[in-house]
Amino acid sequence: MSTPHVLLGLLAAGARHGYELKRAHDERLPRARPLAFGQVYATLGRLQRDGLVVAAGQEREGGPDRTAYVLTDAGRAALDRWLAEVEAPMPYVSSTLFAKVAVALLVDDVAGARSYLAAQRQAHTVRLRELTAAKTAPSASLDDVVAADYAIAHLDADLRWLHTTLDRVADWHREVHS
Amino acid sequence: MTYLQARGVVRSYGPTPALRGVNLDVAEGEIVAVTGPSGCGKSTLLHCLAGILRPDAGEVLWRGERIDTWSEAARSRLRRSTFGVLFQFGQLVAELTAAENVALPLLLAGTGRREARTAALGWLDRLGVADLADTRPGEMSGGQQQRCATARALVTEPRVLFADEPTGALDTLTGEQVLTRLVRLVREQGTSIVLVTHEPRIAAYADREVVLRDGVVDHDGLGLDVPLAGGHR
Repeated sequence: MSTPHVLLGLLAAGARHGYELKRAHDERLPRARPLAFGQVYATLGRLQRDGLVVAAGQEREGGPDRTAYVLTDAGRAALDRWLAEVEAPMPYVSSTLFAKVAVALLVDDVAGARSYLAAQRQAHTVRLRELTAAKTAPSASLDDVVAADYAIAHLDADLRWLHTTLDRVADWHREVHS
Repeated sequence: MTYLQARGVVRSYGPTPALRGVNLDVAEGEIVAVTGPSGCGKSTLLHCLAGILRPDAGEVLWRGERIDTWSEAARSRLRRSTFGVLFQFGQLVAELTAAENVALPLLLAGTGRREARTAALGWLDRLGVADLADTRPGEMSGGQQQRCATARALVTEPRVLFADEPTGALDTLTGEQVLTRLVRLVREQGTSIVLVTHEPRIAAYADREVVLRDGVVDHDGLGLDVPLAGGHR
């Protein structure tokens, strides 16, 4: 994920300081890896250096020094360019999941590859249930639902692949070792 | 408490075996997903458990009592009073309004017309389609029809709901809305569900997943740790 662009997007609504940005990030992207404060400040530093944001004054009410930042015109243009770029739809099949199965077939027998697939399927199924429970909880916000939907759709696709591949393991192994 | 049990259930269609000795327990209030590839026997199992089909061998028990030996009339009464059934589509009577469709199982069970209509309206409301009470199925979307069918399946407050690909004909969002309401309502009532689906996403709504393969239980439970596939173990 492009953290600099996400921060630019969060600043599009107006000036915010680092702490507010971190909170807004975790709220808008509820199932993303939470952003560390250090990462927020380091990213803001780079964005400032590149002229994409500027400091818009300091707030100091008995607490720590808090600098608010605003988007510059160049920052807004960079954000718009990023949003306009279509993401390449899966340019490489580069998942660790896939690589492990391929490697397992090389170094292990059919049963070994199959037991890896079955263990992975179990972990995926458990996670799918957790996310389904989280999104159907009456307290779930739409932010939660949309984030869980994204993960569920991908887990569902992985699970279909795991099922199909379990059925293909024996043939695949024969082909690899022929 | 165990509600439903299949013990060694065998069922064939002519020379083709569909179930080859299935064992399954469903507890009170439990939602069990029955999954597996096409032709694995999951719908046949649902029909046997619901008393719609009779097994060729083995037993089906409801609260410890064998029902597979009951007459068709007795099983039909059990289905009307205690079980609910929900299929993929095409269950509503085209000539009747939504409220009349939902009231139908109650009328068949001898409930008075006024009382049946009140109950039907209540269930349509719980499914979020109260405004369709006087609409006929032909004028509804697929999702609206399925909500009405769900209301009809629940109006008798069944102890077990048998649902065969209940969201199979719906788009993802509509299917999810129907399923979320269904699960919430049966949890309130303590009703069990036997949910047949081939979609992992749908099975994730259940408490437990039972995978059938080639007419036998391939694995049962959350800990799907039994290596399977292609009939090899």
